[in-house]
Amino acid sequence: MSRRIGRILLRAVITLVMVAILNFGLFRVIPGDPASLLLGGARTSVTDEQIEAQRQNWGLDRPLFPDQALDYLSATLQGDLGYSFKFRGRHVADLILERLPATIVLVGLAQFIAILCGVMLGVYAGWRRGGAVDHAATGVSLALYSTPSFWLGMLLVVIFSTALGWLPGYGAYSPGANVGSLDLALDYLRHLALPVTAVALGLIGQYVVVARAAMSDVVTEDYMVTARAKGLTGGQMLMRHAFRNAMLPVVTLITLNLGYVVAGAITVEAVFAWPGIGGLTVEALNARDYPVLQGIFLLLGVSIVMANLIADLAYGLLDPRVRQ
Amino acid sequence: MIDSSQHKGSLLEVDGLSVDYGLKGVSSRAIDRISFELRAGEAVGLVGESGSGKTTTAMAIAGLLSPNARISSGEVRYRGNRLPIDHDAAMRPHRWSETSVVFQGAMNALNPVHRIVKQIAEPCMLKLGMSRGEANARAKELLELVGIPADRGAAYPHELSGGMRQRVMIAMALACRPSLIIGDEPTTALDVITQAQILKLLGELRSRLNIALILITHDLSVVAECCDRVMIMYSGRIVEDGTVAEIFAQPKHPYTRLLIESIPNPASGKKIIRPIPGDPPNLVNRPSGCAFHPRCPSAMGICATELPSLDKFGQGRVACHLHRSSQHDKVAAHA
Repeated sequence: MSRRIGRILLRAVITLVMVAILNFGLFRVIPGDPASLLLGGARTSVTDEQIEAQRQNWGLDRPLFPDQALDYLSATLQGDLGYSFKFRGRHVADLILERLPATIVLVGLAQFIAILCGVMLGVYAGWRRGGAVDHAATGVSLALYSTPSFWLGMLLVVIFSTALGWLPGYGAYSPGANVGSLDLALDYLRHLALPVTAVALGLIGQYVVVARAAMSDVVTEDYMVTARAKGLTGGQMLMRHAFRNAMLPVVTLITLNLGYVVAGAITVEAVFAWPGIGGLTVEALNARDYPVLQGIFLLLGVSIVMANLIADLAYGLLDPRVRQ
Repeated sequence: MIDSSQHKGSLLEVDGLSVDYGLKGVSSRAIDRISFELRAGEAVGLVGESGSGKTTTAMAIAGLLSPNARISSGEVRYRGNRLPIDHDAAMRPHRWSETSVVFQGAMNALNPVHRIVKQIAEPCMLKLGMSRGEANARAKELLELVGIPADRGAAYPHELSGGMRQRVMIAMALACRPSLIIGDEPTTALDVITQAQILKLLGELRSRLNIALILITHDLSVVAECCDRVMIMYSGRIVEDGTVAEIFAQPKHPYTRLLIESIPNPASGKKIIRPIPGDPPNLVNRPSGCAFHPRCPSAMGICATELPSLDKFGQGRVACHLHRSSQHDKVAAHA
């Protein structure tokens, strides 16, 4: 048991170091000299001496490996992700932390709704395979699963915002909203409704498909015949014997999806101008703000590794067969 | 428990039972007008090759037929009362309290995510109304009864050997003190030594607790170990029914005889196994007359045209034109 956990933790640590090194390498092979980017790129006239001075100032004249790489690793470990190009003088870590809550609220809420609806629907569809609910749920899920969520978002904006005018389709707050009032909270929720719906719809299909497949495998298992022979009712068979076995693949999917909570809605955030990590990513891309992008990539890598770690540990709790 | 003597000692009566399976519009008859009786505490083996209908017979008695099965004739009576074997909810009170099933525990008949003590205690709580504590105590007693130390109850099925899992299945089947246990090939997939131990255990426990047993198997030697009586099935029908001693000493039906001859017997120095020639019959399109006649070494003209009925013969019953009593003139003419 503890040996298995130790192995999982060790693997996570090694993966994290690899992620950090890859992340460092990736941004060093992109064309473009950071020093000249800092000085305004090729549009302004800067002398070679000025560029050289900047390179020395930031330590860019030293060899990439191992000097700069070690600098990067030790700074990253201390939480120093460098400075943004676009937002002059601002720490990348501060920028990311500022935007993180909006994304966690958006994707977290959408995940919660999608898991609740998707798993219930999928489990029921798999339990009553071939029934009306199964046909409807499977059809709609496959359609949603294969639809890009930003397109769903655009559709929602066109219908509920532009045509009907029920809900705002842009930003997190109305301009000039009262700070600290109850109205502000309501205003925030109204702005949240459409993007959450878009992200949740995109996720529901996935949960329905996986939960249904898992459940329809379980109902044909021999131990379900044993449960029936023991005189259990349909409900008892579902809750005592089928549900937990069917949850094994679903829990893996849930925990793996947790890794995308921080960066899972880049396109939807762009559609709704939601002030989260996704919006920041798009802004940084447009401005070639490499340090910010590098920070976001690192965050994404770390959260996916952590989600995998949780998935491995959770699976052991649910399924006694993998504990050894 | 109800006194079973009021029904002339008959615990179970199967009367003219036929079951069809429908698949894509094609219906095939798995068992055809099966009739037999089982006394309380009696152990009977149901023997036949794959597709002979032995499992369908047993699952019908337990009310566990799959949804594509249809009972097209006959009924099953338990202590004189008709069992609602085609009605899932109505069967529920009967299940496990009266009839329990020992599945192939070596395979996947135990739930992999629950501790075995919990799986044995479950029917005690649901059927006998025990509290969790009482049910767990009973589950541990049952484990000891089948030769597993009570503290192994905390184990999960995958932590046990195939033989141990089969013991757990037996403990589970005894949980609600049933009057009938159906063993569905309980020793398949076990090695020969474990198989013998499991059969011995099952035989001892059921005679000590006076539980009737229907043992389904394709292996006649298994029946010899722990049954009083054996019924041989072929193509959905019972072809011979008699005591174990009688059938082994004097098999009446040619199929039974060939089955016994096909058992390898190292003691007699016989090294060659004699298989029965031919293939099992097609259930959708059965041979006319006696279904065994294309493979039968003693087939006569009448065998291809007329289905032999299962008639009393000596102590048992046999369905074969070779053994029709003399009042049938047609047979006499052929003989």
